[in-house]
Amino acid sequence: MAKTWVFVEETEEGPATVGLELLTKARGFGGELAAVFLGNGSEENLAALGAHGASKVFHMTPSDALPTAAAAAALADLAGSHSPDLILFGLTYTGRDVAGRLSARIGKTILSNATDIAMEGGMVTVTNEILGGMTLVDAIFENDPPYLVIARPKSFPAEPSGGGAPEIETVSLPDVGHAGSAIVTASHTEHLEGPKLEDAAIVVAAGRGIGTEEGFAVIEELASKLGAATAATRAIVDAGWVAYSKQVGQTGKTVKPDVYIAAGVSGAMQHLVGMKDSKVIIAINKDEEAPIFGVSDLGVVGDLHKVLPKLIEALGNR
Amino acid sequence: MRVAVCVKQIPDPASPYDLDPDTHFVVRPTDQVLDDTDRYGVEMGLQLAEQTEGTVTLVSMGPSGNLQGIRQALAMGADKAVIIDDGTLQGSDSLATAGILAAAIQREGFDLVIAGTESTDGYAGILPQQLAEFLGVPALTFAKKVSVEGDTVRIERQTQTGYDEVEAPVPALVSVTAGVVEPRYPTFKGIMQAKSKPVETLTAGDLGVEVTTKQKIIAIRPAPERASGELIEDDGEAHLKIVALLEQAKVI
Ligand SMILES: Cc1cc2nc3c(=O)[nH]c(=O)nc-3n(C[C@H](O)[C@H](O)[C@H](O)COP(=O)(O)OP(=O)(O)OC[C@H]3O[C@@H](n4cnc5c(N)ncnc54)[C@H](O)[C@@H]3O)c2cc1C
Ligand SMILES: Cc1cc2nc3c(=O)[nH]c(=O)nc-3n(C[C@H](O)[C@H](O)[C@H](O)COP(=O)(O)OP(=O)(O)OC[C@H]3O[C@@H](n4cnc5c(N)ncnc54)[C@H](O)[C@@H]3O)c2cc1C
Repeated sequence: MAKTWVFVEETEEGPATVGLELLTKARGFGGELAAVFLGNGSEENLAALGAHGASKVFHMTPSDALPTAAAAAALADLAGSHSPDLILFGLTYTGRDVAGRLSARIGKTILSNATDIAMEGGMVTVTNEILGGMTLVDAIFENDPPYLVIARPKSFPAEPSGGGAPEIETVSLPDVGHAGSAIVTASHTEHLEGPKLEDAAIVVAAGRGIGTEEGFAVIEELASKLGAATAATRAIVDAGWVAYSKQVGQTGKTVKPDVYIAAGVSGAMQHLVGMKDSKVIIAINKDEEAPIFGVSDLGVVGDLHKVLPKLIEALGNR
Repeated sequence: MRVAVCVKQIPDPASPYDLDPDTHFVVRPTDQVLDDTDRYGVEMGLQLAEQTEGTVTLVSMGPSGNLQGIRQALAMGADKAVIIDDGTLQGSDSLATAGILAAAIQREGFDLVIAGTESTDGYAGILPQQLAEFLGVPALTFAKKVSVEGDTVRIERQTQTGYDEVEAPVPALVSVTAGVVEPRYPTFKGIMQAKSKPVETLTAGDLGVEVTTKQKIIAIRPAPERASGELIEDDGEAHLKIVALLEQAKVI
């Protein structure tokens, strides 16, 4: 019987969604399922872990230190005494930090960027997508368990199972000396308007084709007409036109809205991995060869500065 | 301050890379380029070294080929390069790579290690953290801003909703995001000087470390294709098509 652990970090809105997605997925493996939770852990948050299938929660509470090195050390100790077969992490900043350090500490390899995980008879196969999602790669572990996997957000749905309150085991973070000496001195939250990018039903994304920072206004106007979230490519985030929290793609967010409208986005592989699983994709680009058209349900070859104002007007008249 | 910058040469991303059908390893041509991601690390390293009258050593594992990518980073201003080029390391996973890089960096001595947050070709995105654990130092990851004051490194660490200010005493590792600083272009003088800068090539044996890779690709297959859609030229009425599709998708 498999023993699966899912690392879940706390966010302002509760347990990280990707953690709940992984718990949902891991329920299908049968066997024992536990969460390793890093956060203050209100009763509500801990209950959510149980509701998604964790029968047990190892609870670590961070101090003002950057908790990743100590959390990895604590997890290494726990893994040593409980021998889990599989430990799953979401591809988040903290997930990557803890998984990476744990991996080096216990000498176990990591399969990263997973978009699917299969377990058959104790054998784990991990799938990831390369070349912007055009090719799938299946890989296996050649070391003994625990098998470490980092999975991309939104690879699986998060669905409660109706599980009851989990058993809680409090785990203290050990002193790891110099490796744990990074401290967080301040936190800043970017103020964002409109629906949350990860959850929005419609996303309007802009690329370098908007031309200037001011060009983003038409994107915002369309989004507000549609009740959509705005998004961006890395090109315009790096240019400083748009906040990083709006970046979609490999190093940004993964989204799967009902409709994704990409304006002036070329469709680089690193952008496609973050949005190509949207239900309907509409692209506006003046270059008919733009790769974004390869994944679009509707491609409009044209100037976004002509098409979008007309679209906004047409929507306004409804 | 002695800064070690981890850099990787990769196949030119302008043409998508191939995986060898037998070994499943990335096919690496002799004229690889410097991973664009690492130009940010090099620039950051150079700026911090300039401020502290320090040095920048490039550390890279992989087939050295004609060293085009490494020369590019030396031309930007790095002082020297250490390359671990060893056929037995072909197809290494991130953990094995981190083990080798840690040994090379220990041997050089360091106050600060800089890496990119993820590479362009492999993008497992965990090597910096593995490396920090091997070196026993704090990892200040996902930095969008870095400064050094005395023996303290400070960064702005990207978070899901904004950023945190994080600091630690050196020795430490920092992983930098693209955009942390604007990388300089090599000058003609830099390019000429790069030709005579020291480049040391080592094997795993020279470092006295043995690593093994514990993961294996078992299949490569095409992803299910998305049914191809409609492509229209904007004739001034394209927006109506968009409205129709939004209606069909039941979002308006
Ligand atoms: C390690 C790594 C990670 C990365 N991660 C990400 C990531 O997470 N997300 C991401 O997006 N990118 C990422 N990138 C960058 C990616 O490779 C591309 O460079 C980027 O996505 C391009 O952005 P763009 O489409 O806005 O710009 P461009 O590629 O410059 O495309 C602009 C497009 O606009 C069109 N255009 C111009 N004017 C108009 C007009 N008036 N009307 C209509 N169309 C017009 C052009 O035809 C062109 O197709 C990453 C790269 C690397 C190396
Ligand atoms: C498609 C693909 C998928 C892969 N998936 C995995 C996986 O899931 N797990 C795994 O363990 N390995 C994986 N690998 C192998 C991995 O890419 C190599 O081991 C690589 O040397 C280190 O990982 P990375 O490039 O992904 O590093 P990342 O962690 O993405 O790189 C971050 C930074 O580390 C530094 N760095 C990385 N590699 C080197 C190097 N060779 N020399 C110097 N500095 C370096 C650079 O500063 C870089 O910016 C994969 C390779 C490919 C091609």
